[in-house]
Amino acid sequence: MADSEGNERSKQTAIINHAADEGDEKSLAEIQKAKNEGKELTKEEKLRLRKEKKQQKKGKKDDKGPTEKAPVKEKTANPPASSQPVTQNAAQKAPSAVSVPVSESTAPTDKSAKSKAELKAERRARQEAERASKQAKKEPGSQAPSSKSKAPPSELQPAVKRLPEHIQVDDPAVVRKLAKKLERQQKSGQGTSLNVSRVKIPLRSDYGYKVSLFSHLHQYSRKAPLTQQISIPATVIHPSIVRLGLQYSQGIVAGSNARSVALLHAFKQVIQDYSTPPNEELARDLVNKLKPYISFLNQCRPLSASMGNAIKYIKKEISNIPSQCKEEEAKKKLLSCVDSYVNEKITLAAKGISKYAIDKISDGDVILVYGCSSLVNHILCEAFEKQRKFRVIVVDSRPRLEGREALRRLVNRGIRCTYVLISAVSYVLPEVSKVFLGAHALLANGYVMSRVGTSQIALVAKAYNVPVLVCCETYKFCERVQTDSFVSNELDDPDDLIVTRKGKTHLADWQSETSLGLLNLVYDVTPPDFVDLVITELGMIPCTSVPVVLRVKNVDQ
Amino acid sequence: MNKLVEYFRTQMSQDPDVASAVAAIRSLLEFLKRDQSETILGLRENLTKAIGRLQEADSSVAVSSGGELFLRFISLTSLENPDLSQCRNMMIERGELFLKKISLSRGKVAKLCHTFIKDGAKILTHSSSRVVLKVLESAAADKKRFTVYVTESQPDSAGKHMADKLRKLNIPVTIVLDAAVGYIMEKVDMVIVGAEGVVESGGIINKIGTYQMAVCSKAHNKPFYVVAESFKFVRLYPLNQQDVPHRFKYKADTLKTAEDLNQEHPIIDYTPPSLITLLFTDLGVLTPSAVSDELIKLYL
Repeated sequence: MADSEGNERSKQTAIINHAADEGDEKSLAEIQKAKNEGKELTKEEKLRLRKEKKQQKKGKKDDKGPTEKAPVKEKTANPPASSQPVTQNAAQKAPSAVSVPVSESTAPTDKSAKSKAELKAERRARQEAERASKQAKKEPGSQAPSSKSKAPPSELQPAVKRLPEHIQVDDPAVVRKLAKKLERQQKSGQGTSLNVSRVKIPLRSDYGYKVSLFSHLHQYSRKAPLTQQISIPATVIHPSIVRLGLQYSQGIVAGSNARSVALLHAFKQVIQDYSTPPNEELARDLVNKLKPYISFLNQCRPLSASMGNAIKYIKKEISNIPSQCKEEEAKKKLLSCVDSYVNEKITLAAKGISKYAIDKISDGDVILVYGCSSLVNHILCEAFEKQRKFRVIVVDSRPRLEGREALRRLVNRGIRCTYVLISAVSYVLPEVSKVFLGAHALLANGYVMSRVGTSQIALVAKAYNVPVLVCCETYKFCERVQTDSFVSNELDDPDDLIVTRKGKTHLADWQSETSLGLLNLVYDVTPPDFVDLVITELGMIPCTSVPVVLRVKNVDQ
Repeated sequence: MNKLVEYFRTQMSQDPDVASAVAAIRSLLEFLKRDQSETILGLRENLTKAIGRLQEADSSVAVSSGGELFLRFISLTSLENPDLSQCRNMMIERGELFLKKISLSRGKVAKLCHTFIKDGAKILTHSSSRVVLKVLESAAADKKRFTVYVTESQPDSAGKHMADKLRKLNIPVTIVLDAAVGYIMEKVDMVIVGAEGVVESGGIINKIGTYQMAVCSKAHNKPFYVVAESFKFVRLYPLNQQDVPHRFKYKADTLKTAEDLNQEHPIIDYTPPSLITLLFTDLGVLTPSAVSDELIKLYL
């Protein structure tokens, strides 16, 4: 075994030493063969990485640097674009993932779509391009084709997107990259003159066995919050952010609106305590300061779509601050921006939505709600105050049992409520006249992402011909497209599923059972065919009009 | 105000071919010309009141939507001119422009739709719709051969009028009972109906019996086409039949005189967008989900 490995290594180093154009293809083929023999990929990875770097350096040295890259990109973009649908194959991601440090374009960085054959094709394409450009050097007339081929890459590049890191947990290269990024972020926040112990934003480690279909997602344990791994004093991360992260990871602050509002308040605190270091511009420095905070919060609990939109807004506002603006003024302006965002998009939007929704509630209605949505509770309380006569059926589900909170709030107002678990929903639906659901996010293809169990309720309601109304503010609309609940989701602590009845806990040592996995999903997506109406502060729209609203909003901004 | 309603009724009786919304808009334009108010706000208030009175006279959805769109269209210009009469003249100009545009809309719809009628087609339609008549007229003028089945459409037997008009155009037509829609569905190739109103969800409000026809056509996999002008788009979003406001469901006289509305027969029903294949409007051929897009453009 060692001998053959040694042989492999010497072969491959020889290959690298011969990194000539003509020899490349052949050596590539050899590497491919070696791989196909089923050797460990890590060594291959490293060697390939070295090879790639050498090739890139060669490419950069070349005179026709840009024009060379363009045809290369065109041809490399073609294979990844064509295999775009084959995205989530873990086994094939590893080798291609590392060959990524090309900073210029996004086309070759689509890690997940490459397979060995495609890499071969890419290399071949690169060779041909280099040969062509060498010929072009001799014949200036052939500049035209290389410049023409520049146009298609720009068309193809938008089609190839980078996959977000939080859904590539089973790819070790991506995890390493993320760890490096976190290290880099904390370093950027420190001045070189300070002699403080460097505090890393730690990478939270996954916990427990993950069900294979969801192995690309993170699964953390609540008993090991990120804050335990940070030493005191944590000078890089603002204390209000640390507190917020802890509140997120322990589930103290939960619910889409609550999380966004808490985030914005914490950012207000950060902005107030911020002071521009000398020789730095507030606009750029503050945005850089926020990056490690956002990574930290992401590690505590994956960001929601609404939080993402809020962060985008804040970053835009910060970068729009003119450079001659004084610090105090700028801070005041930012604080008022944050306040107006919370007011407009959340508080006033809720009022607008209740106005439309109350029109849809008539006397004698029986309304079904699921879980605890702050917006739906607000609507029902307002309707009750406007003297509408209705009663509510609250549907709840384990392990979060959020329905109890909703029940508490509604009963305190004096609304007549019934409480059932989700398993009884088809029993209770014949007497229901409307279903009101909240949403975590509305996706660009009209799908509704909400608490797990929502799509089940919408499905059963459709079967009974009961209208389903989704209430959602427009700041939760996101440009993402998703057709199933597997691709992008959140896994909660699996220990939550363990229940103790009469002193007996049967699942206490579930980890020792190798064939047992506990799955605690947080979100699911509901297709637009099951949703009859979406109520936003802009009005009542059908589910398919979400991209229209996004378009109108973009025009406004 | 009473003169307004009289004018409206004379318009309707003089020209039986005109859509009720067009007649309403003509009356509103006359009202605007004769209006005596001193301020723009007063003018708008008077117009809103006038629209309300017209709705009381004729409770169709089209009058309500046409009136609202008229109001929006004329006030879409900048009315900053300090001279009131100039503002009023500008509004009247825009009103005339609006009227001209919508008078042409029926022709545009017919041009789009008649190409969908193939030679030898059998078409089913419901009650009497002037737009559908125009469509069939253009198809006949295009030398296409087709037969038409019309439902009787009680309680006012409007189907008989439709059949008479079609016979005058030499189109072979058969009258069927309302109850025979399921029976006849397997024979026909497509269903074309008009609409009194097109709602935000992409569904339509039309003479009672349309919903049944839509359900049957879905069950038989026959295309269900709706032809409607764009001024019929209305800002309503019914979830089901019960959610349609009472002022549209019953005739204006019934609303005033009836004691218990539950004992009265509604004259319209709501067809949800999932049963409609395509809508032909003067804005183009739309799928039901595109209606919301157009509405947002019209109203926002």
